[in-house]
Amino acid sequence: MEKEKLEKEYEQYVKEKTPVHNVYMNMLKAFITGGAICVIGQFILNYCKGKGIAEDISASWTSLSLVFLSVLLTGLNVYYKIAKWGGAGALVPITGFANSVASPAIEYKKEGQVFGIGCKIFTIAGPVILYGIMTSWTLGVIYYFLIKAGVTL
Amino acid sequence: MIKGSQSIQFDKSPFLISSGSIVGKKEGEGPLGNLFDVVGEDDLFGEKTWEAAESTMQKEACLLALGKAHVTPEEVRYIYGGDLLRQGIATSMGMEALQIPMFGLYGACSTSGEALALSSMAVAAGYGDLMLAVTSSHFGSAEKEFRFPLGYATQRPLSAHWTVTGSGAFLVGTRKSHVRISGVTVGKIVDYGLKDSQNMGACMAPAACDTIIQNLEDFERKESDYDRIITGDLGYVGQSILFDLIRKKGKDIKPNHMDCGMVIFDQKKQDTHAGGSGCGCAATTLASYILPKLEKGEWKRILFVPTGALMSTVSFNEGESVPGIAHGIVLEHC
Repeated sequence: MEKEKLEKEYEQYVKEKTPVHNVYMNMLKAFITGGAICVIGQFILNYCKGKGIAEDISASWTSLSLVFLSVLLTGLNVYYKIAKWGGAGALVPITGFANSVASPAIEYKKEGQVFGIGCKIFTIAGPVILYGIMTSWTLGVIYYFLIKAGVTL
Repeated sequence: MIKGSQSIQFDKSPFLISSGSIVGKKEGEGPLGNLFDVVGEDDLFGEKTWEAAESTMQKEACLLALGKAHVTPEEVRYIYGGDLLRQGIATSMGMEALQIPMFGLYGACSTSGEALALSSMAVAAGYGDLMLAVTSSHFGSAEKEFRFPLGYATQRPLSAHWTVTGSGAFLVGTRKSHVRISGVTVGKIVDYGLKDSQNMGACMAPAACDTIIQNLEDFERKESDYDRIITGDLGYVGQSILFDLIRKKGKDIKPNHMDCGMVIFDQKKQDTHAGGSGCGCAATTLASYILPKLEKGEWKRILFVPTGALMSTVSFNEGESVPGIAHGIVLEHC
């Protein structure tokens, strides 16, 4: 009990002693970075639509292009610099997800195609995929029962 | 001679005969850049993996230390070596070429202290005339082991350390030199329950405080009896916590404290946040910056306290705290 109290006290003291990033500055940088990535996405979407490609196909081209750009920049050792400045602005868009798959692939390539890339490529993205699928499945079940109950959206 | 509860004062102090230091590119660009024996052009040192690069650094550091003293590997009795990686693989791979009987150590970033303590004890006990103590760390292999792949986009907290890519080796023995290891204080595990592995300074500061206070008590010395009290890699956050903790014990080391993690990088220019860390941090700073000052007699007696955050990725995920440890090595000009 006494030990727990001391640990809590120390934790609190350390918290006061430890400098942290400026939240507002970080928010502004995230806004700029995330916004810039979305503008690039919008540009690709508009370009595709301008070429007469169907809306949903254009959207796929947009995602594909952004993923490609992110993987390329990860390979060129540039993407982490963008994230260092832009924080969540670079992490949240689809480009961040692509980076979280590409960077382990590069790092673990030396451990082999199977045990390196194969086993470890999803070390970071894995939880996102697992819980993403699980959440959409749960929502799907709820949606199914809502329809059964006659609720229309 | 046994001193107090945790220390030894050597009746016949072993000498620190020579040292070797080898570092990566970023360290070479830092404030101590031109003091290191070898600065790598890139961080792979001609190898294909970070782990192999780290082991090459260890081997080269040993050869540098041996070369300066004109000693061949066959003359060395034992090696005490360690690194940060699982199963100490960098040490095992690097030391194979030397064919010297070896003890593999793990003390996280405090390993240089552990290796120096054990090698000097063995020499003082008469179990050999020449021993090698060597440690290393590598930014790439450490990030991979403890954190994320290098290319992963993440923002490091301001309390995070930057693992030093480097290796330091020390030849300890009975052959006369200008620096001797007059005593050691072996540290205990000290854990204040902190779970933030991105704030290692705060995890290690209590251990550093414990060892420093114990050393002063065991040897019946004052803070000012040391020209410098030098911690391994507490960094900016850890240092300010250490000052507070020491003050609570009624002592003050502010005027003569130095931290290797704070001198090895230029915090502002090199963007290293809390400072350098890793087994290589304290070892290369000792070899390149501290020892020359002792050899010249600029400093007469110092207390070298490498600090280690003994975390594992498994225990961290299981919600355990990060235990700290620190070993004290008393180095004197002679």
